[in-house]
Amino acid sequence: MEFQFSSFAEFLAMNGHGPYVWVSYLVAAVVMIALAVAPLVIRRRLRREVAQELRLEEARRRAARERAEESRGAVATQ
Amino acid sequence: MAWQWFHRLGSPRWFYQKSSAWLPWLGVASLLLLLIGCVWGLGFAPQDGKQGNSYRIIYIHVPAAFLALAGYYIMAICGAIGLIWKMKLSFVVMRAAAPIGAALTFISLFTGALWGKPTWGTYWVWDARITSMLILFFLYLGVMALSGAFSREQSGDKASALLALVGTVNIPIIYKSVDWWFTLHQPATLKLTQASTIDPSMFYPLITMIAGFYLFYAWVLTLHTRTMILQREWRTQWVRELLGQTAPGRP
Repeated sequence: MEFQFSSFAEFLAMNGHGPYVWVSYLVAAVVMIALAVAPLVIRRRLRREVAQELRLEEARRRAARERAEESRGAVATQ
Repeated sequence: MAWQWFHRLGSPRWFYQKSSAWLPWLGVASLLLLLIGCVWGLGFAPQDGKQGNSYRIIYIHVPAAFLALAGYYIMAICGAIGLIWKMKLSFVVMRAAAPIGAALTFISLFTGALWGKPTWGTYWVWDARITSMLILFFLYLGVMALSGAFSREQSGDKASALLALVGTVNIPIIYKSVDWWFTLHQPATLKLTQASTIDPSMFYPLITMIAGFYLFYAWVLTLHTRTMILQREWRTQWVRELLGQTAPGRP
């Protein structure tokens, strides 16, 4: 088994078939990298959304607690 | 008791935890095989006697087409399991398989067109093999669109599983299209039952690429499935903890 081309320029040219071969490999690589990276992007967005949702829930809970304490205080002063 | 493993398999949480162990191995093995296969196929495999160097596209085209078809089986079988046993995880895998299959079908169509130009003199012909592959591409897109078209997740699961099952009728047509109809596309060179009509010096890099694509598919499908599990189960305690946010304790 040996390298089939005598120079790097010939390897790129592929006897005139270079553009077809290289574009095929390039497009395949881009699509496959996108497939592998997409879950990471989705996960990062999800992490942000969940953090925001949890902050909202916490704020809601705190507001409810404060309301409950206020009404209890009002009852005590009467 | 004997069925316990089957039920456990249906649990998204169990799958998420188990799969994190084999995920890095899959990724490394597939990237290694793909790298070796590309260098071998592009630089070291001999030129084709008739097609010259354009045939080197085979090392992308054939593995991508293999996985486009195998991926459809996986998607349809997962849809069937989900419909029959109401298994949650099965539907998740089915949904995750659709965009991956569409991407691989696109790769095989695109590289096929680029291979066709120097070999047949045209990028595209409306013949049986190519048209049935295009239908496969649209079936994948259809499953993706249908699964997202319902506000109730379960309705989307069921509808897209049915579409995936009906679409399997296309698969044998694709396989047999080169034998049933007159076509520009060459008949299969890799055969299960008899000797392949390809020289070993071209066959070994090809089989390396096919193995690499299979492992890549398994790796990416696992990645997408895991992410989709988190999306679906984000309200549960274990996902919240996993995303680095411990849910605030009850007052």
